[in-house]
Amino acid sequence: MSDTDSQAIVHDDAPLSTSKHPNDAVDRATTELLEAKGDTLIGRTVTINRPRAELFAYWRNFTNLSSFMDNIVSVDVRDAKTSHWVVKAPGGKTVEWDAVITEEKDGETIAWASTEGADVPNSGRIDFRDAGARGTIVTATIVYDPPAGVVGKVIAKLFQREPAIQARRDLRRFKQLMETGEIATASRTRKQLEEEKA
Amino acid sequence: MRALTWHGKHDVRVDTVDDPEILNPRDAIIKITSTAICGSDLHLYDGYIPTMQAGDILGHEFMGEVVETGPTSTLKKGQRVVVPFTIACGSCYHCGKHQYSACDNGNPADNQDIGQELYGQPMSGLFGYSHMTGGYAGGQAEYVRVPFSDVGPIVIPDGIEDDKVLFLSDILPTGWQAAENAGIEPGDTVAVWGCGPVGLFAVQSAFLMGAERVIAIDHFPHRLDLAKRFGAETINFEESATYEALMEMTGGIGPDAVIDAVGLEAHGFFVDNVIDQIKKSTFLGTDRTHSIRQAIVACRKGGRVSMPAVYGGLVDKFPLGAFMEKGLTLKTGQTSVQHYMPALLNAIIEDKIDTTFLISHRMALEDAPKGYQMFHDNQNDVTKVVLKPDFAAGTVA
Repeated sequence: MSDTDSQAIVHDDAPLSTSKHPNDAVDRATTELLEAKGDTLIGRTVTINRPRAELFAYWRNFTNLSSFMDNIVSVDVRDAKTSHWVVKAPGGKTVEWDAVITEEKDGETIAWASTEGADVPNSGRIDFRDAGARGTIVTATIVYDPPAGVVGKVIAKLFQREPAIQARRDLRRFKQLMETGEIATASRTRKQLEEEKA
Repeated sequence: MRALTWHGKHDVRVDTVDDPEILNPRDAIIKITSTAICGSDLHLYDGYIPTMQAGDILGHEFMGEVVETGPTSTLKKGQRVVVPFTIACGSCYHCGKHQYSACDNGNPADNQDIGQELYGQPMSGLFGYSHMTGGYAGGQAEYVRVPFSDVGPIVIPDGIEDDKVLFLSDILPTGWQAAENAGIEPGDTVAVWGCGPVGLFAVQSAFLMGAERVIAIDHFPHRLDLAKRFGAETINFEESATYEALMEMTGGIGPDAVIDAVGLEAHGFFVDNVIDQIKKSTFLGTDRTHSIRQAIVACRKGGRVSMPAVYGGLVDKFPLGAFMEKGLTLKTGQTSVQHYMPALLNAIIEDKIDTTFLISHRMALEDAPKGYQMFHDNQNDVTKVVLKPDFAAGTVA
């Protein structure tokens, strides 16, 4: 038996974000899919009953993202590749970074990475795949470097600004907006709705 | 406006709160003309349902008049509508299959997390029924905001009084779906546990679907009388042994289909227990599943089990062996109200279905807390309380 055989690891077909070996998963994600920008990997998938091209086009216009991503304060598109992001953080603070598009396939993939000096270094990709009669499968895969490490993650979770929770909610709101033309709210009055979004 | 609000166990009050407003393009505002207290509202009243917040407006069986519409609502001001208790978007994959109660989008994104953790996938939104199912304000109020008003509400033709159509909002379609889920074949004998509104409508529906015999099981004599009026045979479980009676009444075969319309009443579930993997087997009782256990054991070999009853948590001592060995089929779920409404409205218009027999009390919205107490304390005589916002306080009809 050769050396390579004995060391070969057979991986399954499940997404890396569901791995029970997070360090290994981050290593593999940052070699295969993303730029290395942190040690925390999250992944979320949603199926949206709309055509792939339509979903891609809406997402690719980054100024649209704040319509369903509640944590975004602003996205400033600087040129075809770069944009500036201001995002809410726990305790009423905000974090900022510049992002560069590292890969783009029309109608399929948008990948990005933050540049030097980011408050929260991160990289990620959004993949759009056809799902036949069910529409389109949209997957977000993100690695990031949580501020203040584990403590920071706990605090973020406490304030419900933990990226894994937020990513799931953001994708659900994206789905609602694309499928129904609006984002569901249980608020009764405009005042309540504003408080909810604050 | 005035609205019935929840403040804790056995503490509901009529408060003055802000009027609802149009917030999304597909919204409509409905001025309530009739709104009922549901048996499942008693679960809230008894404090059994988690994720309730003080001030929540209750009520998921209601109808009224359209007074305001969003730009893409298809309703018109002045129309009378009955509103389904399930909030469904009409555009997602599940709605496309008419599985409206499995709608992906009716529940706001933030409130979907709990269902995802508890059940594997989030539930749809419901009116006035805790934050797990959306946190939507209910219809025991003067006005209500109805999302996706182009999909849910059904327009009622002039000349048909509220009492005749109000129950299209929940319990009539729920009873109908229960009978449909029982896969009734001509000549079948169907046994129904629980003669609350859902059980009674399931009795009616089962006959309309071709059942030869329906056997209704309860312990409230008045409710058994109502079942008898529709042609059901009855078993009072305080008087006779249910399983033995069913076996004897079906020639030793067992009912072809069984319907559990009882559910978790009196034995609540608690979110902590469900989430906590250690506590779950200790804290959740087993008695509350008595009706479904008995239904499975009584059901004939190869028969069908329908479960409109509401369950929330984990169960112990579920007769899985009997279920497998006898080759049974189980169907259940929240009701896809929108799917059933048009045909049931026609059946009402054609006098094939009458639901007015159920209403025992009509009261002012202002007296809603008294209505809850009466319904809670006397389930034999109080079969259904309908609240009327335009009644003066103290009026009973």
